[in-house]
Amino acid sequence: MKFAVVNFPGSNCDMDLYYAIKDGIKEEAELVDYRQTSLEGFDGVLIPGGFSYGDYLRSGAIAVHAPIISEIVRFANEGRFVLGICNGFQILTELHLLPGALIQNEKSRFICETVTLQVMNDQTMFTNQYTKNEKIRIPVAHGEGRYYCDEQTLTELKANDQIVFRYNENVNGSVDQIAGVMNRQGNVLGMMPHPERALEDIVGSSDGLKLFQSIINQVRVNN
Amino acid sequence: MTEPTAKQIQDSKLYQQWGLSDSEYKLICEKILHRLPNYTETGLYSVMWSEHCSYKNSKKVLRKMPNKSDRVLAGPGEDAGILDIGDGQAVVFKAESHNHPSAVEPYQGAATGVGGIIRDIFSMGAQPFALLNSLKFGPLKDGQTKHLVNEVVAGIGGYGNCIGLPTVGGEISFENCYEDNPLVNAMCVGLLNKTDFKHGTASGKGNLIVYVGAKTGRDGIHGATFASDEFTDTKNKQRSAVQVGNPFIEKLLMDACVEIIERHPNWILGIQDMGAAGLVSSTAEMASKADSGLILNLDNVPQRETEMSAYEMMLSESQERMVLCVKPQFKDNVLEFFKNFELDAVVIGEVTEDKQYKIYHHNELVTDIPVRSLTEDVPEYDRPEVEPARIANNRDYHFMPEIDSLTDTWQKLLKQPNIASKKHFYQTYDSQVKADTLVQPGSDAGVTRIRGTKKAIAMTNDSNSKYVYLDPYVGGQITVMEAARNIVASGGEPIGVTDCLNYGNPENPEVFWELDKSVEGIASACEKINTPVISGNVSLYNEYNDEAIYPSPMIGMVGLIDDMKKVTTASFKEVGDLIYLLGNTFDDFNGSEIQLQQTGAIKGGLRPLDLNEERLHQDLVRQAINQGLVASCHDLSEGGLAVALSESAFDRELGFEIETELTSAQMFSETQSRFLLTVKPEDKTNFENLVLRDYQYLGQVTEDSIFRVTTKDEAVSINGKEALNNWKEAIACLMK
Repeated sequence: MKFAVVNFPGSNCDMDLYYAIKDGIKEEAELVDYRQTSLEGFDGVLIPGGFSYGDYLRSGAIAVHAPIISEIVRFANEGRFVLGICNGFQILTELHLLPGALIQNEKSRFICETVTLQVMNDQTMFTNQYTKNEKIRIPVAHGEGRYYCDEQTLTELKANDQIVFRYNENVNGSVDQIAGVMNRQGNVLGMMPHPERALEDIVGSSDGLKLFQSIINQVRVNN
Repeated sequence: MTEPTAKQIQDSKLYQQWGLSDSEYKLICEKILHRLPNYTETGLYSVMWSEHCSYKNSKKVLRKMPNKSDRVLAGPGEDAGILDIGDGQAVVFKAESHNHPSAVEPYQGAATGVGGIIRDIFSMGAQPFALLNSLKFGPLKDGQTKHLVNEVVAGIGGYGNCIGLPTVGGEISFENCYEDNPLVNAMCVGLLNKTDFKHGTASGKGNLIVYVGAKTGRDGIHGATFASDEFTDTKNKQRSAVQVGNPFIEKLLMDACVEIIERHPNWILGIQDMGAAGLVSSTAEMASKADSGLILNLDNVPQRETEMSAYEMMLSESQERMVLCVKPQFKDNVLEFFKNFELDAVVIGEVTEDKQYKIYHHNELVTDIPVRSLTEDVPEYDRPEVEPARIANNRDYHFMPEIDSLTDTWQKLLKQPNIASKKHFYQTYDSQVKADTLVQPGSDAGVTRIRGTKKAIAMTNDSNSKYVYLDPYVGGQITVMEAARNIVASGGEPIGVTDCLNYGNPENPEVFWELDKSVEGIASACEKINTPVISGNVSLYNEYNDEAIYPSPMIGMVGLIDDMKKVTTASFKEVGDLIYLLGNTFDDFNGSEIQLQQTGAIKGGLRPLDLNEERLHQDLVRQAINQGLVASCHDLSEGGLAVALSESAFDRELGFEIETELTSAQMFSETQSRFLLTVKPEDKTNFENLVLRDYQYLGQVTEDSIFRVTTKDEAVSINGKEALNNWKEAIACLMK
């Protein structure tokens, strides 16, 4: 199984994700430059955290004009899996592959902390190894991670079980304490917390491992 | 603007405004050039001969520092020092101050301090992997100080978070003397494959000088001179001397430089960061090290603004720029390589044999001076020194606190800004990016693993200027040993030191005495534990309206943990673990936080530090950790045993029950050379047999969050939840 880790100028969690795949779940990973135009041969796409293009203008706003983007959109529309973490989540909302937007934290400060999340939906290709309502410890590190959507969108998200993770304590002021959402088809997930930073007890938590194992499990089932 | 002629500069003494003295100017005219320097040349000498670049006032003192050990691969003189950690790997680290810029423009001042120190690390060919910082401000009382603190913290976070390097440790403290002259010291640590080591030199006739990175603007002109002057009410508005940072560009620059050195080492002969005094400092130092000459053509320098003069370009401190010395046959490869990272890279000159520093601008030779006159001919000063009267007058004063209520004093102490949790600040720094951080801020030292090995690196920044103010020699020793205890308590072997020496005006004999004595103290402590000082910087002239700051040396120490299983943290682990105090406690209250609490000031002399005992205790703790006998370990520092016990209990919200022969007052004594350890009951005998002497069994870790303490004077139960709340919330409350 082979994962693409898309690398934009200013991405800074690209290697963390690369190692998560190589060392965490022992699968193949390759960094894909933002100037490339093909994702041929990959089973899934990972969009890492960081500050693409310095987060100037607005987080993720410039990255959506990179050459690789149309290929990511094609990938998503074909129902193949796309995971965006932190800045990757911001890019996915900028692309409208996911509903809502990420705005400045309620307290207008960057926050780095290992927080407790609740798994809201364990029937997804990203969470099938967790159990519903399971509490997991995953680090967050962001200044613009407050999830926002309008009432109608929130109702739809709930109705379709698209809310995948919620914060136990609302660290950034997100609507409905949302930490991660997926698209209606269930193949695109965006989340602000960093599961790739929680793969071993020695770094504080290994609760992120099941997320990557879930993907493997699902792709194997599909194949 | 028409530049003044050489004659006009001499007549108007313009050079004085740029920090050159009459005698220095005379030396340049009569002994070096045998003519008058023109406008550009005078500017070059003024920055290169500033204290910031030349260390002309401090060199004599700095030579007292030890800088050798079996591990040292490079010491002072390079962009950063390097220590061998085995397996073909080395750690590279340095700390640098950005005090003056941060006072004037706190966000950018702090941000560019971080940016500058990161460049110092990757210019050695190393991959930076961790950041630390040491900050000092006035008391958190008025809006202006709070604004300063908020902006400095935001600047540090803004740069480090964006570039993607974890901030794993640091310290923040508050004293009156820093109100108008805050201290902002930043440290960066990197990992080097020994074969990738690049010197900052420019050698070999015909080799090319390549400029890489951000364009040059008019920001930061004369920053080094500015950093070598005092603040006064009228002089603190030199905003043009502060640079503006762009961490996004630096991220590209860092990745590109690390990759080109790793993949194409034969393309590049030397590489150096453009830091203080920008283009002139980097190129002159590179040529000087190789005893070469240089020709630079400024028309090729990428410029952000129009009609910049040679003077402005040479002295600009625009950020995110590097200089490379490249073999001509690889010119196109190098330029293409950086273009692929979307970075400007252009040839701006070449190496010559005549040892002259020649600059062309608009086809005119605007500078023609000996290279080494910029770097080697700087006069070195032996400043007069005199012991300040306060030292002799207060040497025999001995403060004894009066404890009416142990509980109240304890609770109140936890709220003191220097003791209370700094999480309010450090949680705005990304401490986990790269997923290698094993111990995050809040324990004794930050610890980062080296991926692919069993090894980990422990790092800490420490200073206690209160002690240095009372007794510079002993205070200097304490600063080093506190850093070492932090490393040891984390499971590491201290292997080396970088420092930032922050002091007042060295032309004041009392200030110079403080500098000299504290460096002697630092040197003696470093020798005792075999931690060479391999890099660092000096920041003098930290004064406001002629009031100097406390003498404030900051020690950045790095430790090696050979097996990450040995990583130890301060927090109590299990109910029933046995609590031990290693080291004797005396009535050491001068300069302590309890003295500050009860009298509002510090006063008195310090008891001499027994370096043998200090070393012995560090060695015992290391042996105990190596043998797997230690569940938790915490260094005792400000607030003494009371604070150490509390902090150890807070993390898992545990309690403790202890009984001790110490008086209630001694619970707050700050006697050095002490550790607080917990040991599993089954390891009791082995542990006690190992440490043998100087230890005291205190009691056990308990489940409920209550601190049950029996001293020689009384028995109390302290509410641990309230204590935690006091400690955790104090800073956020003050910052409101």
